[in-house]
Formats: sequence, C-alpha cells, structure tokens
Amino acid sequence: MSLLADKTQQTQSVSQGSHTDSAAAFVPDQSRAERTTSYAVSDFPVPSGREEEWRFTPVDRLQALFAETSGTPLRREESLPEGVTVSTLSKDEWQGSGAPKPADRAAVIAAAQAEAITVLDVPAEAELTEPVRLVLTGEGALAHGHTLVRVGNFAKATIVLRHEGDAQYSELLTVVAGDGSDVTVVTVQEWADSALHLGQHDVVVGRDAKVRHIAVTLGGGIVRLNTNASYAGPGGSFEGLGVYFADAGQHQEHRLFVDHEAPHCHSNVEYKGALQGETAHTVWVGDVLIRAAAEGTDTYELNRNLILTDGARADSVPNLEIETGEIAGAGHASATGRFDDQQLFYLQARGIDEDTARRLVVRGFFASIVGRIGVPEVEEHLMEAIDRELEATA
Amino acid sequence: MSTVESSTLEIRDLHVTVETEQGTKEILRGVTLTINSGETHAIMGPNGSGKSTLAYSIAGHPKYTITSGTVTLNGEDVLEMSVDERARAGLFLAMQYPVEVPGVTVSNFLRTAKTAIDGEAPKLRTWVKDLKQSMSDLKMDAAVAERGVNEGFSGGEKKRHEILQMELLKPKIAILDETDSGLDVDALRIVSEGVNRAKESTGAGVLLITHYTRILRYIKPDFVHVFVDGKIAEEGGPELADRLEAEGYDRFQSANATS
Repeated sequence: MSLLADKTQQTQSVSQGSHTDSAAAFVPDQSRAERTTSYAVSDFPVPSGREEEWRFTPVDRLQALFAETSGTPLRREESLPEGVTVSTLSKDEWQGSGAPKPADRAAVIAAAQAEAITVLDVPAEAELTEPVRLVLTGEGALAHGHTLVRVGNFAKATIVLRHEGDAQYSELLTVVAGDGSDVTVVTVQEWADSALHLGQHDVVVGRDAKVRHIAVTLGGGIVRLNTNASYAGPGGSFEGLGVYFADAGQHQEHRLFVDHEAPHCHSNVEYKGALQGETAHTVWVGDVLIRAAAEGTDTYELNRNLILTDGARADSVPNLEIETGEIAGAGHASATGRFDDQQLFYLQARGIDEDTARRLVVRGFFASIVGRIGVPEVEEHLMEAIDRELEATA
Repeated sequence: MSTVESSTLEIRDLHVTVETEQGTKEILRGVTLTINSGETHAIMGPNGSGKSTLAYSIAGHPKYTITSGTVTLNGEDVLEMSVDERARAGLFLAMQYPVEVPGVTVSNFLRTAKTAIDGEAPKLRTWVKDLKQSMSDLKMDAAVAERGVNEGFSGGEKKRHEILQMELLKPKIAILDETDSGLDVDALRIVSEGVNRAKESTGAGVLLITHYTRILRYIKPDFVHVFVDGKIAEEGGPELADRLEAEGYDRFQSANATS
C-alpha cells in the first residue's frame, strides 16, 4: 500500500545532547512528527500523566485500558446499504499493510488485544444514499476494538458509528479513503456516565479525496479521541468537526493531528464544546504539521468553548508547525468564554424567558457546526440531546 | 388602532445606583415621568447624565440597583417583574448597542420573541408577510432574516433591526435609547419613519432618548425633558428642543457646576 507512507519512528538523538533538564528522564519531542508509533506494546510505557500527550488526562482511572488483559468485544449491530460488506482481517495481514500504527499505550493495547480487524468495505464508485450504521454497545466489561473502513476510489459514503452502554473500551479505527472519494465518518459517544473510551482514529485521505470526520461526544466518564489525518496524495481535503458537551464529572478530550506531507491539500478543524457542572473537564489539542514537501497547503483550526457554570474547566491547545513557506494559508483560533449575560438580557428583553433564551444561545453556539454535519438523523438527534443536557440543569 | 387600549408608564422618584470600581455610585437621583399611549417624549441630555441608565433600569438590566422609587405600567409594579415579564407586559427597549447572538437566525429570534409576547405562535402566513413587509419598509435586505442576530451587522443594520422588532412586537411603551447614534442621514430617516409607522399602527407611547436634536426633525416629540445629573432639569414642549439646538447644554451644566 504505497499510499500509506511509512513514517519511520525516530528517536530524540538530536535533542538529547542539546537540552539538559533536571527531569532528564523525559525529553519533549522537537516535532510532532517524532511521536512514537509502533505495534510493540513495550514501546509504550504505562503513562504516568506527566507525558505531554497525557498531561490533561486522569490516567489513574484508565489503568484497565493500559494493562495487557483481554476483554470481550462490544455488541455490534450494523445496517449496511447494498454493496457494503463486512469481513475480517488477521493482525499479520494488517500489520503488513502499512496502515498507520498505534501511537500510544491504549492504542497499542487495543491493536494487540482485539481479536481481529473488522473491515468495512465500500466498493469503488459506489454512491451510498443511506449511511452505513454501526451501533456498538458496551455491557460493562473491558473491550478492545479494531475497525478498518475502506472506501474505494470515487465512492461516496457516510458511516455513522454510535457508542452506547457502559464499557472500558479502547479502539483503533482506520479510515482509508480512496482517490477521489467523498467520505463522512461520524462517531457519536453517548455512553453511560461510568464508561471509559480511548480511541485512535486514523484517516488516510486519498488523492483528491474529501474526508470529513465528525466527533460528537456527549456521554461517558472519560472519552479521549485522538484523530490523525494524513494524505496519500495531492489535492486531498480533510475536515474534522466536533461537538461536545461535558457535565459534572465528565472528562472529554479530543486531540487532532493533521499531517500535511502531500502538496496542495486542505484541512479544516472546527470543534465546539459546552461545559456545565463541577469538575466538568474538556481538552482540545489541535496539532497541524506542514512538512517541507507540502507546498500549497491550506489549513485552519478552531476551538471554541462555552462555560455555562462555575467549576468547569476547558483546556485548548492549538499547535502549528510549518516547514515550508510555500503555503496557501495556515491559521488557528481558540477561545473559551463564559455564558454571555448580555445575550441573555437581550433575548429576555424581547419577552423570551430565561430557559428558552439559554437554549437559543447554546443552540446558536453549536449551530455553525451542527448545520454542516450533513447527516439529518445525526443533526436532529444532536440538537435534541443538547436540549436535554440543558434541561438537566434548568 | 381603535382596538388599542390606552397605557400609562409611570416613573416616580426613581433612584438608581451602579457598582463601580470606586464603589457604589448613584446615577439616577429622583426621576419622575409619565408616558401615555400615543405620546412621544424626548429625553435629551449631555453624556453621562443618566439617560441610558433610565432606559436600562426600566427594562430590568441586572447591572442597575433601584434604591427607591416606583415604576408602574397600567398600575402594575414593573420593578417586581423579571426582564422577560416586563417585555411581555408591553415594554420595549431599542438598545444603543444591540447584542450579537451568533448562530441564532433573525427569523428564528423574531418568531420566538413574537410567540413569547403574544402567548401563542403567530399564524405562519401573516407572519411571513408582515416580516417581509416590515423589512422592506426599513430597506433591509431579505437575506438578513437568515443571518445570526446582529452578527456582523453594520451600525445602521443593527438600528433597523431594533425598529423592526418594535414594529413586529407591538409594545405598549417603547424606549428608544440613542437609536439615532451612528446613523447617517438616510439611515436616520428610514429608522425614524419606521418608528413613526410603528407608533401610528400600535398607538404606542415612545420615550426617545437622544443626545442630539437631529432625530427630532423626523420624530416630533410632544414633550421634551432635559436630563442633567440624574434627574430632569427642565421640561417643556417641542420648542425646548429648538432652544437646545441653538444653545446646547452649557446652560444646564454650568448651573449644575455652581450649585
């Protein structure tokens, strides 16, 4: 699979001599590209919480997902439009394919413990009129999952993954979008409050392909999704959209890494979140790397957080690394704000009661993303879910 | 307008404070004013005299504390009402700096407000027709209806949008807080005509707060009140506005300085 460039793992041989630190045990990566990826569990020590990529995460509650223990797969219900097939791939076949490798402890455990790789194939040039729907339900146990979505050249497909129930779940999801394909992947996290979910989603954008990855996180005790996009050829476009709503006690973390290696590719990342209640915590990290060869790149990333009550915390970290000046555009924006009482006053001064006014403002805050999901069943469900979240505190 | 019953907004000896970094500051120091349906009252005064504080206090903005005095609408205690209850009772405040509410479309906002004020959803066909007509009268682009509330609006668009709301929500008493500020002559005329139309069709009482006399060429006041240092310093008919135009506020401010 030539389209899956093998990013050879690098060590920090350059940085080690040049930087002395009292806590010399840990040397930060000089570039996002240097982050380890591997199938060997031993390459990833159990995180302590001091590592750059784990520093926001309550790792002490995730020990089950860092252990080399086998679990039971989530219950899977699927609805497949005509032409779409499901099969399995052995780990050996997978590891020889050049697909993106696990990039952290949880992902490498998921790759090692998942029984096999579930493969969803959308044939070349198929134009699906209905989404592929997968509902994954946890039954309170430890679970590991590994899914590959392969969309053939020039095909058009929407895949909706829904996560429900209770589980300690670690997963790898790889989406390989063929040349000229148009793919939308929606992942909805509506777990029970106690669920833990660590995911690594790799999206490989084919030449001139257009891929949208949409994360909707509403439920779960800890949800942490790492979404990595890379390009197999020029002209590709990646859009990462996200909507999250964290209540008291919830930790929701979305990390994105867009790796621009091919020229003339486009990426746009836009995540919006609302937080309410004591200890509600959200984390958004948006890394973009524009490599020397990626001339003509156009990229933008944005994160906005709306804090509805005291005691909630939103971390937002955009990072942009540029190795060539020959780009079309690169930018990012991040803002976290409290609920604006002036907006509330304005709406109430027009006769609208406070609860309705709050709902309008929060719906309005999310509208710019929700309206672009383009999957009506997801959009409607999401707006209803947001209303319910707000009612819970009203 | 024959169906409109007469309304009265009565403000009696109103004292209002605001918290500042220097401590509590009294802004209104005993304002007494009565506005009846169909009347237009102009409140004029220099910057910092408390004109806007009066407007926001009547509307119920939480920043202001009423320390004494009363405000009633047809005998009902306005100060006991929440902000939205005041609006539903028939008060309207056109704001000097209308607030942006991103992502909430103008059409959704107006329909929600209309439903709240009337207690029932407007009939869709007449509503759409009324909205289009009012927007066209105010020379507003129809596409504005699908934009976010005040989102990226120019100063003139924001003011037209305020008056559009006055026309559609049909308040009993409308307070217009410096609706003329920042408008060029054409926009001022369009907005003023909108106010006159709304007043004509609803018989509303209007409290027009302004720094300049310019808008009074388009909206004729029945009464003019000069506001200085948190209270009314002088009252009269339209001729008082003419005198202010000629003489400015110096007379009042120097009198205040020596007292």
